[in-house]
Amino acid sequence: MSQIIKKSYQWVDDRFHLTPLIEFMRHKKVPVHKHSIWYYMGGVALFLFIIQVVTGILLLLYYQSGVDSGYESVRFLMTKVNFGWLIRSIHSWSANLFIFFIFVHMFSTFFTKAFRKPRELTWLSGFVLLLLAMGFGFSGYLLPWNELAFFATKVGTDIAGAVPLIGDAIKVVLRGGEDVTGATLSRFYAFHVALIPGIFTVILGLHLLFIQRQGMHEPDYFKNLPQEKKKTIPFFPNFILRDALLWLIVLNILLYLAVFFPWELGNKADPFSSAPQGIRPEWYFMFMFQTLKFLPAHILFIEGEVFGVLFFTVVAIVWLLVPFWELKFKGDKKARPLKIIGIVVILYIIALTALGYIL
Amino acid sequence: MTDLKIRGILILGFSILFGMVPGKISAQQDIALPENDQCIICHKEMEFLPEDFSANDVHLTAGLSCAGCHGGNPKKEEMEEAMSEKAGFVGVPSKQEIPQFCGKCHSDIKFMREFQPRIPTDQVEQYYTSVHGIKLKKGDNKVADCTSCHTAHSILSAKDSRSTVYPLNVPETCKHCHSDAQYMEPYHIPTDQYQKYAESVHGKLLLEENDTGAPACNDCHGNHGAIPPGVASISHVCGTCHVNNLQYFSKTKMAREFEELQIHACEACHGNHRVMDATDNMVGTGEKAFCIECHEKGDAGYKEAELIHSELENVVAVYDSAKTLQNKVQRIGMDDADINYLLQESHQSLIQARTLVHTFDHEKVGDKTKEGIMKAEDAILLANKEVKDYKVRRLGFSVATMFITILVIALFFKIRQIEK
Amino acid sequence: MAMKRRRFLDILLGAGLLGWLGSVLYPLISFLKPPPIPKANVNSIKAGVASQFPINSGQIIKFGRKPVILIKMESGDFRAFSAICTHLDCIVQYRKDLKQIWCACHNGHYDLRGINIAGPPPRPLDEYKVNIVNDEIIVSRPEQAG
Repeated sequence: MSQIIKKSYQWVDDRFHLTPLIEFMRHKKVPVHKHSIWYYMGGVALFLFIIQVVTGILLLLYYQSGVDSGYESVRFLMTKVNFGWLIRSIHSWSANLFIFFIFVHMFSTFFTKAFRKPRELTWLSGFVLLLLAMGFGFSGYLLPWNELAFFATKVGTDIAGAVPLIGDAIKVVLRGGEDVTGATLSRFYAFHVALIPGIFTVILGLHLLFIQRQGMHEPDYFKNLPQEKKKTIPFFPNFILRDALLWLIVLNILLYLAVFFPWELGNKADPFSSAPQGIRPEWYFMFMFQTLKFLPAHILFIEGEVFGVLFFTVVAIVWLLVPFWELKFKGDKKARPLKIIGIVVILYIIALTALGYIL
Repeated sequence: MTDLKIRGILILGFSILFGMVPGKISAQQDIALPENDQCIICHKEMEFLPEDFSANDVHLTAGLSCAGCHGGNPKKEEMEEAMSEKAGFVGVPSKQEIPQFCGKCHSDIKFMREFQPRIPTDQVEQYYTSVHGIKLKKGDNKVADCTSCHTAHSILSAKDSRSTVYPLNVPETCKHCHSDAQYMEPYHIPTDQYQKYAESVHGKLLLEENDTGAPACNDCHGNHGAIPPGVASISHVCGTCHVNNLQYFSKTKMAREFEELQIHACEACHGNHRVMDATDNMVGTGEKAFCIECHEKGDAGYKEAELIHSELENVVAVYDSAKTLQNKVQRIGMDDADINYLLQESHQSLIQARTLVHTFDHEKVGDKTKEGIMKAEDAILLANKEVKDYKVRRLGFSVATMFITILVIALFFKIRQIEK
Repeated sequence: MAMKRRRFLDILLGAGLLGWLGSVLYPLISFLKPPPIPKANVNSIKAGVASQFPINSGQIIKFGRKPVILIKMESGDFRAFSAICTHLDCIVQYRKDLKQIWCACHNGHYDLRGINIAGPPPRPLDEYKVNIVNDEIIVSRPEQAG
């Protein structure tokens, strides 16, 4: 057996000269310190992404997009297809856990300042991945064409239309028309299974490449330790095995959620009926949605909604560029402004998300 | 053709010729009154129009104004000329004269067919066979005449939803007299028909749900020839809608016995005005059953009633347990669409079985209930399968968790081992 | 001793891995096998052999989750309508003698275009399309507007 493996490896190495790469990988080390637990968060997000791709492809075998068939095919999946209920519920739950862990991963790299040189591009690509993931969530949510999804999409694209100047164009392109119709569904389907996966994979590839090339970020106090005191474990097999352990536990949690809290189908969307009470977006949009609801109709001369959209755009850009302006605060250890900013942002998100559900 | 009629036609003809006919019947409220009709102009000025005067009145909008019925000359401004006997003026008819007053046109098909080719012209003839008509001829001035139901000056087609004789409004119209205990006192008949009807299945459908498919007073009693249905005719009356019930019932021995005993068929068990939703307890030997009003323990009918009731009880029991199971399936979030379909079919059989009660033959009822039971049992099988699947899922989860746990523990120790 | 434990651990790991793989692959492969009724959205169903359907008769068939009445007229043509009476939701039937659709509950009549012609039903029955392809009856939903 090992002979065959050796021979196969030799065959490939002769052609692609993999040995330096393999050597590099073999000697990769992962730091171990009180914050190294956070190193695993990105991996969990990656695992959940893989789950999404696999369950997504499986769902593709039975899902049919269309104003009638969208709902009916998901119903078919939930009731008649063998284990269809399982695949669909896993897909829906995993989508939410995926975005949750991206947030955790993002904030952990924020607080440990992992975005600093030389990892600026890792941070940028990561933030873009977060936005793409939310795009995944928004487009996928519409596909079953049920009541809640229909109206959530209507409201969401309406808000997109609030962007000054180009807002209307964005709205019409998103919707494939003036209103949310079967055309919207077709588009969202294309976004969800082709466009976004394509872009996501490319950027994810880059993100992972950067990490592999540069290794794990070490927090300052670790970096300043003498060489002998730096505790590490080899990436392969130790870190990988630990990753696998965590991934198995996450898988089990997913299964638990899918079996005991199956994802609902709801009622088929009826564009002519009035919006049901309590439409709201998925939780990862909630804090923005709730903020918009709190804003008054006008702030100075700007419409409330427009102000809100612009505000979040500006905040997103600032957040995106954190590796570049954070350097200004480098000297001031006492004030720890970055930590404060991070905590404020997290608290804001949590508070407004909670309010969105309570009110 | 009478003098009056000739004048009527002439006036009508002139009206049409001179465009006095308010052909512009707008869909809205403001209907234009004939412009040159002196009767209306003068009476309006004097504020002496009849109480029930309406511009929507069907005769008025067809061009048949005051003179068309009352005679006289609508072109003359002076009362002596307009309302002169020479001009054919007949004034207000007495109550006794009213049927013939309306009948002078409405009983003449040659006249009426110009306006409506298919209109019936037997109303007056029918009316005089009715209780109202008979009493009127005898001099009773309290009974209903044409205007009591149709009004005199705001007559609308029975198809017009504003009409006093539109199906949804008919009970209200009859109610005016028939629910007035004081008014009806000399006649010694009940005055609670409307009240009973309003509680009934038919009444609720018509008065509350506005279902024009439900019977109003005239659907059972007739329009102009109104008379309480006699013994033989009650089942025919109910049978116009409840066809199967009539067909089954009429072939039974009971139907013949009822007729001989002058028992009012359907009414004996179901009532007349206060017809309620039939329940399974109405047939059988229980407290609320009707069968035991005549049948005694030991006779053939008693036994038959018992058997029929138990057939129904059986199918209802199975259906109910299937329904309970369906609710459970719904609650636990499994698919109940196919179960629902089967239960619909079972319910259909149940309805048919209940109709077959009117054959008073427990075997016929039993055949149907067997069908219903089968379908309900199929539904139960399906429901049980769904519940089982639900449990299997949880079992599958436990198995998967078990494997994952083993793997996790093994991995944990492997990692420990490697790191030593 | 350490060797035995090591071997035991490896076996446990291997067995666990195999078991886990099995518990993952079994549902996945099951999923790939199409269920008995392969079509999700019922837009059309097959309803039997056209030439074997008796002339001047009607049958209630299941269209997805709804009952539909399929009729073969004397001319040999097929018609299909929703079988739910528009009055109070009873299931209608075909009357050979009247050549009409009839509802036994309250004596409602519909003609062979589905139009309510007598009795309490307030609306006509929805019509379904019938096509005969190679002697097979295919009933499908009517074209949706918009």
